[in-house]
Parts: sequence; structure tokens; C-alpha cells
Amino acid sequence: MLRYLASRLCIAVLMVLLATLVIFLIANMVPGDPVLTQLGDIAANNPDMVAAFRHRWGLDLPLWDRYWIFLTGLFHGDLGISIGSQRPVLEDIAQYAPATVELSTIAFLLALIVGLPLGVVAAMKRDTWIDHLARSISLVGVSAPTFWLAFVMLAVFYGALEWAPGPGQISASTFPPPTITGIMLIDAPLAGDWDTFWDAAAHLVLPSIVLAASTLGLITRTTRAAMLEALSQDYIRVARAKGLVRRSIMLGHALPNALLPVVTLGGLAYAQLLTGTVLTESIFSWPGLGRYTFQSAVRLDFPAIMGITLVVAAIYVLVNLLVDLSYAALDPRVSRR
Amino acid sequence: MHDAAEPILRVENLHTWFFTDGGVVRAVDGVSFTLHPGETLGIVGESGSGKSVTAKSIIRLLDEPARIVEGTISFRGRDMVHLSDEALREIRGAEIAMVFQDPMTSLNPVLRIGRQLVETMTAHRRFGAKAARERGVTLLRRMGMATPERAMNGWPHRFSGGMRQRVMLAMGFANEPTLLIADEPTTALDVTIQAQILDLLRELNADLGTAVILISHDLGVIADVCSRVLVMYAGEVVEEGAPEDLLSDPRHPYTWALLHAAPRLDQANDGDRRLTTIEGQPPDARDWPAGCRFRARCPFAVAKCVEHPDLLPIGEDRAARCWVTQDGATLRPPTHARAVGEARTATGVQPLLEVRALAKHFELPRDSFLEPHRILRAVDGVDFDVFPGETVGLVGESGCGKSTLARVVMRLTEPTEGRIVFDGQDITHMSQAAIRPLRRRMQMIFQDPYGSLNPRMMVGEILSGPLRLHGLVPAGGARERVRELLDLVGLPPAAAARFPHEFSGGQRQRISIARALAVEPGFIIGDEPISALDVNIQAQIINLMIGLQERLGLTYLFIAHDLAVVRHISDRIVVLYLGRVVETAPSQELFARPLHPYTNSLISAVPVPDPHLARRRRRIALQGEVPNAVDPPSGCRFRTRCPAAATRCAEETPSLTQAAPGHFVACHFPGSVTVV
Repeated sequence: MLRYLASRLCIAVLMVLLATLVIFLIANMVPGDPVLTQLGDIAANNPDMVAAFRHRWGLDLPLWDRYWIFLTGLFHGDLGISIGSQRPVLEDIAQYAPATVELSTIAFLLALIVGLPLGVVAAMKRDTWIDHLARSISLVGVSAPTFWLAFVMLAVFYGALEWAPGPGQISASTFPPPTITGIMLIDAPLAGDWDTFWDAAAHLVLPSIVLAASTLGLITRTTRAAMLEALSQDYIRVARAKGLVRRSIMLGHALPNALLPVVTLGGLAYAQLLTGTVLTESIFSWPGLGRYTFQSAVRLDFPAIMGITLVVAAIYVLVNLLVDLSYAALDPRVSRR
Repeated sequence: MHDAAEPILRVENLHTWFFTDGGVVRAVDGVSFTLHPGETLGIVGESGSGKSVTAKSIIRLLDEPARIVEGTISFRGRDMVHLSDEALREIRGAEIAMVFQDPMTSLNPVLRIGRQLVETMTAHRRFGAKAARERGVTLLRRMGMATPERAMNGWPHRFSGGMRQRVMLAMGFANEPTLLIADEPTTALDVTIQAQILDLLRELNADLGTAVILISHDLGVIADVCSRVLVMYAGEVVEEGAPEDLLSDPRHPYTWALLHAAPRLDQANDGDRRLTTIEGQPPDARDWPAGCRFRARCPFAVAKCVEHPDLLPIGEDRAARCWVTQDGATLRPPTHARAVGEARTATGVQPLLEVRALAKHFELPRDSFLEPHRILRAVDGVDFDVFPGETVGLVGESGCGKSTLARVVMRLTEPTEGRIVFDGQDITHMSQAAIRPLRRRMQMIFQDPYGSLNPRMMVGEILSGPLRLHGLVPAGGARERVRELLDLVGLPPAAAARFPHEFSGGQRQRISIARALAVEPGFIIGDEPISALDVNIQAQIINLMIGLQERLGLTYLFIAHDLAVVRHISDRIVVLYLGRVVETAPSQELFARPLHPYTNSLISAVPVPDPHLARRRRRIALQGEVPNAVDPPSGCRFRTRCPAAATRCAEETPSLTQAAPGHFVACHFPGSVTVV
């Protein structure tokens, strides 16, 4: 098992490096020039200013030298300086990541806690009102565009009903707690500041529902289908012939089999939530990686883009590894000797 | 005949119908029978006859849209039809247990064997968790598991089909039920394993006094175990009686046909090799014909058969639903036109196919980077010849390498060692391009008539595909040729414009044969082409293949696990065990004088639909199952299961030596274990 883990980790590191190379090449091939976006029209007409800028950010070096500099920096834990913020990329990421992790994790848990039981119950009570409800929810969740859902939620629950606070991570009148993990829901209780905790939690409600919607739809749909598939298997008929009660047939026999596809989907969905918050964060003014990604992309901020790529690749590779490991735990047929 | 005790089960006038969108399928349509304590009742019939639905109706294990619409089922005084779900649940698994056909899918793959066995007992509160576990170990040992403690902690996928069926039986007997219903429990298993399971079932019935309802399409299996038989056709019982009576003197034409359609080991085939078949299909269950439901296919039908006959007694303890035999008339056995018995295996001719020292090894994935690949020796040094115009039968249990051998001979997979010569040309290492013209001359028919036809293509396209591939027809000529091919295999021309799913299993296998014949091959390999079919359909396909051989001069390599079938159509037989040939001889000779202990045990394992003979014949109980081909036993590979094994067998590999003209055997002690 350890040996397996070690070899998987080696492959994971290679995958991440490969991803940075691909992004590096693509970023350098796009027909855009950071000089123009950073210096503005007037300064860009001044050859001295441009040359100085290029030299300052190493843009005058050959492509491979620049990639080499990125790699050596990487091994020293240095991702370079962001052109946009003029701060080390690592610091930027460390600052923005916690907010995204917080939002995505809450959204993921929401999708899982609602979607999984909903899918199970829908399959158990097939073709009843609860099944129709579950299918409607998943259809809306999967098909409603994020930006539309975000605006509707804001308009209804913030604008009209005033049940939920507006955009932002906490209210303007609330002081953020001292940063320990950077995650409000953890830092606030650590500082003993429960008012801030509830304020942060209230701010999470709308964006996490918006972010969770499509994942919730997918998880409900997949769980329902997987349960129905499991329920049609011969071993379920055997379980019925054994005289087991309905509960243990459903939860003891069908569910463990139905979980297998849900785990695969869940892993990918979580990775997607972590890396796909751009729209939601922009609309809800959420100070996370999504917004940072968006800003870096429009500025053609190469060091920042490379840093984000690294993080995204690492998240995907790690989540996939976790999925495979949990698969081995759930399904004896794929476990190693 | 029955003891005075009250019957435990009384089924009267049972009607179980399926309310589908396409109409009401009257699957079970007026079935009545009784079962006494400890009795063994067999229900036999073809697919769709209603035998499984009858069994499932007893414990109401029916899925939508099936409903019991009429009739009563009384189990020890309780009305099963109207019992509450909870009361029914308490009976299921406790008083009435059921074992199903496919052991590979009957166990939950993600739960340990022990858990699945224990919950059967704890669900009915007869045992606490600890007591149930102990009893589980005892049960598995009783079912013949060598290491029951380990098996309890094992996962289902680690067990073979036979072992899984033992686990299923352990579950069935766990709560000491009054009645065990076994629905085709051995259909998915090899004959040798089937024999083990049937022996076990018989023993358990004798020891525990559990009544058994055994459902099978195989009269031999029923005769082996049961003391009374129901024959079902089109949702009704058509004949009932003791197996001795039914098998020696069937009084319903359907029983008669079932009996004579199955190729039998105990009857020689020195004459015409064709089997008796009943033509046509069973009637549509949505609209049963008004008169006798078998009338349209019945060779004995008389004018009176337009009226629906009742199941009436015809002598002591037997009944039949037939106008013809009502007044005591008997059904004469079919007469075979005895053909001139010519020796079809040519001598002094060049063989069409020559296989020498052929081996196919598979590399298995290694456990880690550091260890070498483990090698699975699926085929490990096989020699045989196939002469033009003959049929060679290739037999052995699952895992003996027969399908791999077929694929290697066809060059669908690359051989590891050895030589394959087809019609004088060495094709062992021939490139795929060079072999392409030869492909026209050798074709293959596969086992699964459902998986081997592309569901998105019409039959006409399926048949014309190979023609176009080999450039055999001009642009407009394919249509005419497709019509010819369909006619050759007994299908109407209209079949060309239909999709495979519109056909039954037997008809699909006819399409597969037509596809193989499309390119006019001389040599056809049939990889278990009839194993997935009902007895009567099997007989039709065998007859078709024999007829085509006579008309087109085909050469067959016929792979099967059923010795009776192989004997029936083969001129010579090759017996394979764990990747090696253990015995080969002309068909008659092999069955008259089987020399290898393995051949003898295979022959003894086949159930014979003749209770007298079954009792007289010696059963060679073969222990265990085929060992793993990754690490085969030293010396003679069969020695681990051989009743005659000695020290020499472990040390020295026996070579294939001639014992009589054309009869070769690889054994140090040939003829030491005999069945005949």
C-alpha cells in the first residue's frame, strides 16, 4: 500500500510540473502583451520605459530561460513576484486561498449533505412526489446558469426580502478576526468572537448555495441513478429472499454499491468547486482565488497565472488520488493485495 | 405414494400475470400442485414457460408489473397471497429459502461473505451475532468449503462460481427452512461442479428433511435429484409424475420432445446425427391459443386438440394435459433414419489445421515495479489436427483454456510458442495483412448470441458487411446473397430489414452462423455456440450445423463444456485440462473406452435423464476445482484432483501416447478409473 502511494505521488508531482509547462507555453503564445496592459498606451510608446519594464520582469530573456527561472524558483518555494500586485505570488495565494477553500468546502458539504440523501430517497420512493421533487431540484441545479442564479438570489433574498446580507465576506462594520488559518469560520471562534462568526456564516449562505447548485444537482442525479442500478441487481433480490428488512436492504446492500460512482463524481466536483469560483466570487465580491485569477488573467500577470495553475493542478491531482484511495477502501475488487 | 402427513405447500389454480405496456403477459396461467414435507419436486420447462415465476410467486418475490391475479398458495396453513409484507418477510429466508441461478451476481460484491451469511440468521432473530457467526462457519464447512473461517472474511470476487453457489446454499439452509426453492442453481456452472452441487443438495435433503423445489430446463438434472416432476409449457403444467415414469414413457408430446431433443451420453449416435426437435416458437403469452397450447408444434396433434385439455390423471400418480394420451395411449419414440455410417475422418490426407506445441501465456500485471510479471499459462503445449470435412470437439471445464486456444488458432491473439498450420501454410507468425485472405476461409461463431451482433445494425448489414470487406459481391449483388444466406439458416428474407434485438436467442445464433457462412469459409470454429440456448433450440442449431456441414462440406472445430453435445456431433474429441490435451480419440472410442481419469469424471458428471441408469452408474466425485493456471501443479496437472494419483504423477509429466489406433492419452495409469 505504501509503495503504491509513493509511486502515485511521484506520478502526481510529474503531472503537476507538466501542467505548468503547458500553461507556460500557452500563456506565452497568446497574442497579448503584459507591457501594454501594465504600462498603459502612453508609456508603451516610450521604448526606454518598455525596455526597462521588460528587463525588470525578465521578459527579455529567452522562453526556456524564463521557464528555468520559474522551475528553480519553484524548488526554492518561490513563485516570483506578481506583476499586478508587486507582491510575491505565494503571499497573494496564501492570502486569497483560504476564502475560496472556505466557500467551496461549505458549498461542497451542502451539495453532499442535501444531494446524497435526496438521491437515495428519490430512488427508494421512485415515481412518487418526492422523486419528482428531487428530479426537479437536480434539473434546475444543473441547468440554471451561475450568474443568473447569483443575481436572482441576491435580488430576492438580499434586495427584496433582506433575509441575507449582501456581497462580501463579512459586513463592513465587523472587524475581521486575527488571521490564523485565514478561514473566518475557524479564526473567529478561535478568537472567541462569535458575533463575527455568525456574521461570516450569514455572508456564506447565498454564495455557497449558488456555488453548490450545479454540484448538488449532479450528486442527486448520480446517486439516484446509482441506487436504482444497484436495486436492480441480483443480490438485492437475494437480500429480499433472505427476509431482510427494507432498511437494511436499502442502506446495507444497495447504498454501499451506489456510493462508488458518487465518490468519483464527488471528488471531481470538489476540485471543480475549488477552482471554479471565478463567477461566484466576482458577483459576491468574495476575496478569494477566483477573483485573483480573473484579475491576473486580464492583466496577463504571468507569475500569478503560473502560481494559480500550479495550485489548480495540485488540487486536481490530489483529489484524484484521494478518490482512488477511497475507491480502494469502498470496493474490495479494486483493492491491492 | 406420499406419506400421510399434510402437505406443507398447496398451490391451487395460480395465475401470475405481468401487466406490461404491450399487454397482459399471462406467464403463469392456472398452476396447481402440492408438496409434502421433505419431498423433492422438480419443475422443468423452457425459458418463458412460467417455471421461475411460479417459484417466485410462492414467496411473492415478484417485481412490478407482475401480480398474482387468481388462485391460492397455502404454506403450512397460511395464505401466502394475502399475507402482510411483514409476515411474509418473516417467512422468507427462515421457513422458505431461495437459491438463484447466477452465483456470480447473487452475492453483494462490496460485503464480506461472513456478513452476508450472518445477516440471514440475525434478520430472523433466531441467532445472536456471535452464535450466527459460529453457525456460519459450521455451515460453510458442511457445504464443503475447505477453510470456512477464512471464507467468512473473504470477499465474493475471490470465489469461483461453484464456491459462491456453496455460500448461497449455506445461506439457504442457515435458518433450517421447511422448504428450499432452487431456481436453476447449477445452470451457470460446469458439469463437474454441477455434479458436486447436486450431490450436496441431495444429501442436505436427506439429512435435514428440507423439502426442495428444483427448477431446471435440464431433465437430467431433475431426474438426478427429484422424486416428482412437473413439466411446464406456456404457463401451464402439462405433465406430472415420477421421473422414472416420465422419462421412460412420456405422456405429453412436449415432455416427449424435451426428452428426445437433448443429446444423451447413454445413447450411441451410430446413425443419423440429427436430434429430434420441435419446430417453431412457444405461443405468445399475451394471447394463448384457445385449444391445446402445444398444438401448433405437436407432431401427434389430432382434431380434438382445438379444445383446451385439462390436466387429468392417466394411471397411478401421474397426470397429463393431452387428448392423445388421455385414454392410455403412449407416444412412440422418434425413428431415426439410419444413415450409412461412413468413417468421416479421412486418413492419409493432409490435415486442414495442424496445431503443434501451441502455447499462449498471458503476462499479468505485476504486484510492484520490483517483482517480475506473473505468467498465466492459459494454453501450454497443445497438439492436434483437424482433417477436412470432419468435426473435432474440444471439451474441458471453464478455465481449461479452450476459448483461448480457439482465439489463438484464429490468430485473434498472438501465440506465445508453437506452430499453427492452416491448409499447408504456416500462419503462426503471418502478418495480419497476409492472413487476411485466409480469414475468408476460417470463421468463428461465438457463445453469446446477444453480445456478438451489433445492436445498431440491421441483419442485412451484418450479413453483407463481411461480403463487402472481402470484396466478394458487386455493388448490387449483396441483397441477393443476404437472402440466400438467410434461407440457408432457416430465416425468412424479411429478417434482413430487422434489428438483432427483435430476434430470440436461437434466431440470433442462426444469424451468427449466417454471418460466418457469408464469406463461404471451409472451416468454422464454434466457441460454445449453443451453451446459452434452451434444449430444444440447442437441438435445432445442432441440426442446422450438421445439415450445413453435409451440404457445404464444412469442417468444424466445436468447443463445448457439455460432453453429450460434443459426442453427438463430433467425429473426434480432444479433452483439454489446464492448457494441455489429456486425451484425444474418435468419438465412439472415447465414450466406449475413456482412459484418462479426467475424461471419466467428466462423463460421470453429466446428468442422465434416466433414473435407473443414473442410480446404476458410478459417480466419480471430482474434488475441488480447476487449479490456477498461474501456478499449475507439477507433473501431471490433473493429479491434485485425480482419484488415482501417485507419487510418480507429481514428478513426471505424462506425455500423450497412443493407446489404440487414433486414441491418445496423457496419463501414467490410463484406465485406472472408469465410469463405464
